[in-house]
Amino acid sequence: IIKYFGSIPRRVKIVEVGPRDGLQNEKTIVPAETKIRLIDMLSDSGLSVIEATSFVSPKWVPQMADQMEVMKGIRRKPGVSYPVLTPNLKGFQAAVEAGASEVAIFGAASELFSKKNINCSVEESLQRFEQVMVAAKAAGVPVRGYVSCVLGCPYEGKVAPAKVAKVAKRLYSMGCYEISLGDTIGVGTPGGMSEMLEAVSKVVPVGALAVHCHDTYGQALANILVALQMGVSVVDSSVGGLGGCPYAQGASGNVATEDVVYMLHGLGIQTGVDLPKLMDAGAFICHSLNRRTSSKVSQATHCKL
Amino acid sequence: MELAMLLQWPRRDKHLGAHEYPEFVKIVEVGPRDGLQNEKEIVPTEVKVQLIDRLSDTGLSVIEATSFVSSKWVPQMADHTEVLQGIRKSPNVRYPVLTPNMHGFQNALAAGATEVAVFGSASETFSRKNINCSIDESMLRFEEVLNAAKDQQIPVRGYVSCALGCPHEGPIDPSKVTEVAKRLYEMGCYEVSLGDTVGVGTPGSMAAMLRSVTREVPCRALAVHCHDTYGQALANILTALQMGVCVVDSAVAGLGGCPYAQGSSGNVSTEDVLYMLHGMGIQTGVDLSKMIAVGDFICHSLNRKTNSRVAQARGSQL
Repeated sequence: IIKYFGSIPRRVKIVEVGPRDGLQNEKTIVPAETKIRLIDMLSDSGLSVIEATSFVSPKWVPQMADQMEVMKGIRRKPGVSYPVLTPNLKGFQAAVEAGASEVAIFGAASELFSKKNINCSVEESLQRFEQVMVAAKAAGVPVRGYVSCVLGCPYEGKVAPAKVAKVAKRLYSMGCYEISLGDTIGVGTPGGMSEMLEAVSKVVPVGALAVHCHDTYGQALANILVALQMGVSVVDSSVGGLGGCPYAQGASGNVATEDVVYMLHGLGIQTGVDLPKLMDAGAFICHSLNRRTSSKVSQATHCKL
Repeated sequence: MELAMLLQWPRRDKHLGAHEYPEFVKIVEVGPRDGLQNEKEIVPTEVKVQLIDRLSDTGLSVIEATSFVSSKWVPQMADHTEVLQGIRKSPNVRYPVLTPNMHGFQNALAAGATEVAVFGSASETFSRKNINCSIDESMLRFEEVLNAAKDQQIPVRGYVSCALGCPHEGPIDPSKVTEVAKRLYEMGCYEVSLGDTVGVGTPGSMAAMLRSVTREVPCRALAVHCHDTYGQALANILTALQMGVCVVDSAVAGLGGCPYAQGSSGNVSTEDVLYMLHGMGIQTGVDLSKMIAVGDFICHSLNRKTNSRVAQARGSQL
């Protein structure tokens, strides 16, 4: 076992993105009270990072229009961080005003995706982020960087690991404390994941890396396993597997936190997460959304003999 | 592909990151048997035959066709003789059938079977509840089948269920799995498929179990049969590949729910396994697009949604 799992971390930090990435990609829009209750339940499940909302214009992301209300309404558990997305300086300022103490910025490894998603080139987006970084440093606010399309792009197809490494390095050198590498459309497989991580870990220390795998093709857990084997110790996931894939109607998106935690605990890795409490939060939000959970662990557990 | 070559893989490895993976993985398609056996709807014979015929055209080399178990126990497989006699037998494909005992074996032979499989368990409780006898008693029955099969030159595949956990006993000691696997192998099974029957396994328990089994049974004679009930199948399969296993059982469209967790998924989807393997540059000889089409066909016939994430994603392409 040592040969196969010797280098996996003993502890993994789960970054719960359900309230943001999850809800942002659900068809049904839920009211602020529901979002607040979800986040509060997640806070009680042992998670240490819960991405709460996004300070993007409601014109683009109506699901996150109640960003202020949510930010001010959640109970902030000591020891838990509630980062929010900030696409630019304006978003950052609104976030800080709403009480945010950590933010995240979102770059892409694909030019086409950057243009179509945020209407500017990768370079232009990085320059916007530099502005946010300057303000964040001045305010003492930590910033997490995301790189999307790391294993493939819905427009460009294959994405070169070198390009991913370049963007990751830039975000890290700008001052992001952690870089989350996202398989945005879930097309990656373990070979591509290890190739990409090999390239990125040459320019960003593996301790500062996270993986954000989508399960659109069922590959998420296998990809996460390979990442762990390469020393990555931060995994993004979404309770109940919330958030479909905007590029493949009806297909799944985020990997379910319950399924990730099940695997990690099975490997003897500590996460601090209480799985039954997490499943309760998942059951709550799925009920509110009137949808079935995408978590297999939840499905199996609730169907016990 | 010649039978001899199929029975004895020379293992060639490819490097991906820090790991070695086989260059070729043989897929054993269990949809028509394990899949349909665990579906609520009983499928008419013609549909089963069509399913198998379509699977025969996808590049698969092994398709488990049916089960010669008493129809009293498994009504879904009551038409075993008709199915075996109705399918078009492709020259490059083998069609093993389950045979729990001599009676089943003889019926299978009479129906034209050229390969059979026997089903043991690593859990005493599961053995008693599932096939009404202890593990030892089941081994004696299988020895009879193996002896008869040897006489007829019929290859026999062995299964060990509950390899990573039992719905009744809970965790299963790897040494028990090894004991049963070794027994099956030494009695003459050319291959032993280790089944995570309730899908509770994770890469840690998979690695521990395989480490134990591979001390007694050569890797090339092992297969993994992972259920996806807890979403762990692909991660478990990946682990098995890293440890040298190069035969994987799966079911088209992820047919076959879990009889121990009503409404949960069971078998891992062949499409999702293929997607992973091909993505890693591992060859299988199977055409993924054709497999997806077969999955569409059987799901339509069963009036159910596919369990394959790949099929869901491809089916909803932009």
